[in-house]
Amino acid sequence: MTATAEQVTLKHPMAKYIREDRMPWIYCPGCSIGIVTGMITRAIDTLGIDFSKVVVVSGIGCSGRTSGYFKTGTFHTTHGRAIPFATGVKIANPDLELLVVAGDGDLAAIGGNHLIHACRRNIDMTVVCINNFNYGMTGGQFGPTTEHEKWTQTSPAPIGNIEHPFNLVKLAASSGATFVARWTAVQVRRATKSIEKGITKQGLSFIEIVGACPTAYGRMNRLGEGVDMHKHLLEVTDIQNGLPPHEAELDYARRIVCGEFVDIEKPEYTDVLKQMHAKVRK
Amino acid sequence: MPERTMFTMGDIACAEGALSAGCRYFGGYPITPATEIAEWMAVRMPELSGAYVQYEDEIASITSVIGASWAGIKAMTATSGPGASLMMEAVGLAVMTETPIVIVNIMRGGPSTGQPTRGQQGDVLQAKWGSHGDYQIIALTPASVQEMFDLTVRAFNLSEKYRVPVFLLADEIVGHMREALVIPDEKSLKLVSRKMPKSEPSEYLPFKPDDDLVPPMALLGTKYQFYATGLTHDERGYPTDSDEVQIELVTRLNEKILRHIDEITEVERYFLDDAEIAIVAYGTPARSARRAVKDARAKGIKAGMLRLKTVWPFPEEPIAQLASDVKHIIVPEQNMGQVYYMVRAFAAPTPVHLMTKPAGTPQLPDEILRKIMEVHAK
Repeated sequence: MTATAEQVTLKHPMAKYIREDRMPWIYCPGCSIGIVTGMITRAIDTLGIDFSKVVVVSGIGCSGRTSGYFKTGTFHTTHGRAIPFATGVKIANPDLELLVVAGDGDLAAIGGNHLIHACRRNIDMTVVCINNFNYGMTGGQFGPTTEHEKWTQTSPAPIGNIEHPFNLVKLAASSGATFVARWTAVQVRRATKSIEKGITKQGLSFIEIVGACPTAYGRMNRLGEGVDMHKHLLEVTDIQNGLPPHEAELDYARRIVCGEFVDIEKPEYTDVLKQMHAKVRK
Repeated sequence: MPERTMFTMGDIACAEGALSAGCRYFGGYPITPATEIAEWMAVRMPELSGAYVQYEDEIASITSVIGASWAGIKAMTATSGPGASLMMEAVGLAVMTETPIVIVNIMRGGPSTGQPTRGQQGDVLQAKWGSHGDYQIIALTPASVQEMFDLTVRAFNLSEKYRVPVFLLADEIVGHMREALVIPDEKSLKLVSRKMPKSEPSEYLPFKPDDDLVPPMALLGTKYQFYATGLTHDERGYPTDSDEVQIELVTRLNEKILRHIDEITEVERYFLDDAEIAIVAYGTPARSARRAVKDARAKGIKAGMLRLKTVWPFPEEPIAQLASDVKHIIVPEQNMGQVYYMVRAFAAPTPVHLMTKPAGTPQLPDEILRKIMEVHAK
């Protein structure tokens, strides 16, 4: 079919949220990050919030580049520091909606301490973690979510990764996050819904999106192309909404438990700060 | 608030200076000997509807300060050597993203954990070279409780004016000494705020500098949308691998400070008009040197002192001028010699004599006097 002039000018419905002048983006074919970027724009679109009041912050790595594609106030911090930066912004201006988009290495290794303390503080922000099980940008080294004995550039065959991974849902839940969910990149509608809930939630929301890195992790572990990896995610997903977070297992080959596991109410940091200010003024 | 007088310690004067400068966000982590700044902020910030936020470490503290600044609030952190070491990563981020923040380092003994409760001046070169890459930094060096206040106000003004991180480098003795502090009437304080963009949001280029090499700064959550990154970026803020953009950006980041070096650097001249031997000092050793100069004068030795209130950018011109006016320069430092090497670079061929003392007790007046006499006898 030949394209008509009309078809060529058709725009992606979410393009208004994206810096089109930065396209094409840096992601490899088959990468999940574009899908997650789409989820975030759709969540914002559905909620109908003023996009200029949304601030997107990221750290370093492939997922770290995400912030730069959003057409609003965005900041690309140093490795692992998206959460502390976002915390400073939120406390300085609580009217803003803070979104942190980062990878597993950024959030759970170098920024792991910031993640658990932000959960403990319960500061209102939505943390979207794209977990692709390795450091993709640097060429595929094992990270805090790489499974035992999996192959990466720094855990090569025949031994593989001698360490064991974090389960990020358990980590965030036990650290005090008030909303915790996990989906894979193929549960787009469900994941988008959870991101909406996360944004609406007055507190720290942690949403893990299990994704594919066919270029590095997939290639080294013979997991196939991007499409194969995403098909696999669909096959092994086990949706268990409301399951206690400590039962939300992630076994890449067999069963990835997905769903919303935590949705609780707790006083939010900037709210409490406001109340304390009122108390001091009395 | 009208003028008021306190008898207080340097750390508290620093905190009050920050509040007077309009600081309403403090992100920090407790550390000796800077803790009193955090403690004072924890009491005072809520009274002013500001935020005292205690983080899990110094990296988070300073990064959150950068965030608060981008949300439009004047923000600072305070620490000491071990914390300053952790903060170096974000110093680079603040330089690269041109973020106005103030970092206070109440210098203690090092290396490593060193002597937490004892003063030293071991972090002067760290403030300049601690983060990777080529950059300039502004660092102010107070020598009294009053200057802890005054120079903190100035640190905020310089950071806002040039969109840079500014260090206040005080040794522990200045941080913990108690003296009278006059907090001026708030109306008499000259405060500087960053330039905001005036262009249409669609035309706004976040890193396009004005003639003073400083770009106007939009805030997060406004009609201006922008991307700020620690990556090398063009005027749009977009990352690039281009040699041309890298050279242009790094040159401008350096030049925006160096071109204004005369406005930024401050020195105090003490008995220098006819001096033959000059002390160059900053912080606590300058207090000892003041006495030593007087005692030397009583002995008929023409001594004087050039006191540095700014160590970075280095006051090249005043040092070069001094070197052409005197026969000898003595540099007493509470370290193994840091500013000494800078003085030597700009004083040549005038001989520069170093007095090292990497310890909590600074050079005492009689020690400096002895050095003056020794040099005088040459």
